[in-house]
Amino acid sequence: MAASATHRAIDAVWRIESARLIAGLTRIVRDVSVAEDLAQDALVAALEQWPESGIPDNPGAWLMATAKRRGIDALRRRVTLERKQELIGRELQILQQLDQPELVAQVDDVQDDVLRLIFMTCHPVLSRKARVALTLRLLGGLSTPEIARALLVSEGTATQRVVRAKRTLAEAHVPFEVPGRDELADRLSAVLEVIYLVFNEGYAATAGEHWIRPALCGDALRLGRVLAALMPREPEVHGLLALMELQASRLRARVGPQGEAVRLADQDRARWDRLLVQRGLAGLQRAEQLSGALGPYTLQAAIAACHARARSVEQTDWPRIVALYDGLAALTGSPVVELNRAVAVTMAFGPEAGLELVDALADEPALRDYHLLPSVRGDLLVRLGRVAEARAAFVRAADLCGNGPERELLLSRAVACGT
Amino acid sequence: MRFMVLVPGNPESEAGAMPGADELEAMSNYNEELVKAGVMLAGAGLLPTSKGAKVRFEGRERTVIDGPFTEAKELVAGYWIWECASRDEALEWLKRAPFGGGIEIELRQLDDDDPAAQD
Repeated sequence: MAASATHRAIDAVWRIESARLIAGLTRIVRDVSVAEDLAQDALVAALEQWPESGIPDNPGAWLMATAKRRGIDALRRRVTLERKQELIGRELQILQQLDQPELVAQVDDVQDDVLRLIFMTCHPVLSRKARVALTLRLLGGLSTPEIARALLVSEGTATQRVVRAKRTLAEAHVPFEVPGRDELADRLSAVLEVIYLVFNEGYAATAGEHWIRPALCGDALRLGRVLAALMPREPEVHGLLALMELQASRLRARVGPQGEAVRLADQDRARWDRLLVQRGLAGLQRAEQLSGALGPYTLQAAIAACHARARSVEQTDWPRIVALYDGLAALTGSPVVELNRAVAVTMAFGPEAGLELVDALADEPALRDYHLLPSVRGDLLVRLGRVAEARAAFVRAADLCGNGPERELLLSRAVACGT
Repeated sequence: MRFMVLVPGNPESEAGAMPGADELEAMSNYNEELVKAGVMLAGAGLLPTSKGAKVRFEGRERTVIDGPFTEAKELVAGYWIWECASRDEALEWLKRAPFGGGIEIELRQLDDDDPAAQD
């Protein structure tokens, strides 16, 4: 095999194995930073050896064994070098942990380790940005340049974010465990939030020149699918996955030929991805069956499902969407949800009813710089024939919008209102 | 990007014979791995071609030809649809599938206008 082909194969193995490898090593050494270093060392060893020796039959086991052996060697060398000084307790401890006889890890154990790692990288002791970066790094298997591209930051910033996050986890002595019953709901919701943040940054990029960034949606979907397999009895896990699959089903209809943004009402529904729709609807059903009262992600998935089932905007079950938004608003109290509810009310009961709700949100501090508030308002004013006001609203929305193609769409709507 | 894996049939699958217990277990473990890795989107085994049919198109004429089909190379016994980050990842997964005996499994990329290609 040519060296470049082997390198690509090693990348693929890394993508498949890195989360399990880092999770398994974290269980042994109790420190994600040390675990990741050991995993990286094993990757370097693979890059050195596999082009010569070929890819081993069980690459995951090879990487794990190599990571442990290298860790032991490195620590022993330091023991020899510094033998006159007392080896710091922590390193000695890691050495002992690594040096234990090889335990054959069962598949289920490895899966549990991955779940523990997810709860660690999404721990509330970290800032949201740190959680996202660290989760992409350790569970998504993304390299630092890939994370930098994903989060639209420099590689230096991405590196710093990951390094600091790992340090914070170590300093706070965050345990490597799945949280107990009493805190599981809160901690799980933090995990779901991280995955949905990644998805949304791909689905409706808040900045940059691309309206959608599907690779990020793909990373989030993958994390969501992994989590659904790890926690099959948690309704909101299935709810989030269903929501993401239903939204992702519209991705390719969401961009026009020139990369421009296409609104739901204008999308060619024949281009929606049937496989993702089908998976999303099935996932929603699972979430509903497991739920007592529907959680926020399941409710949002149920709303997305109303669109997925409808052949056109007109044939959409808007009263049901309003009812689902009522539930969501009661649950979250979020002004963004109220705004979306106003859109649904418009579709169900007409623009006057919608505008009343939108205007009630005008002084909401959380929406002060939110471009979709004037955008929705402009849309309603157009429907009411108040075009001059609509034009001003679209211009205001474009001013607030950080995404290139979306801003273009808003400006074109302003122009369409005349002067 | 998405891939379809096409698993060919053989005289046993055509006869509707169930695979042995070991084979079944290995396949179910493999499927579980694919699901847990978030790779599997869909997949199914196909009934023997005796339950299937072909439609032949000639001008305006449509002729239905009932199964079974005789040409071994036409037989498909099952498929998977996977979501992978790269062709190499799909190949790496396929290499781990529990097959043997000189069987050749086809991996094809879906031409599904994947928006990820624009990123």
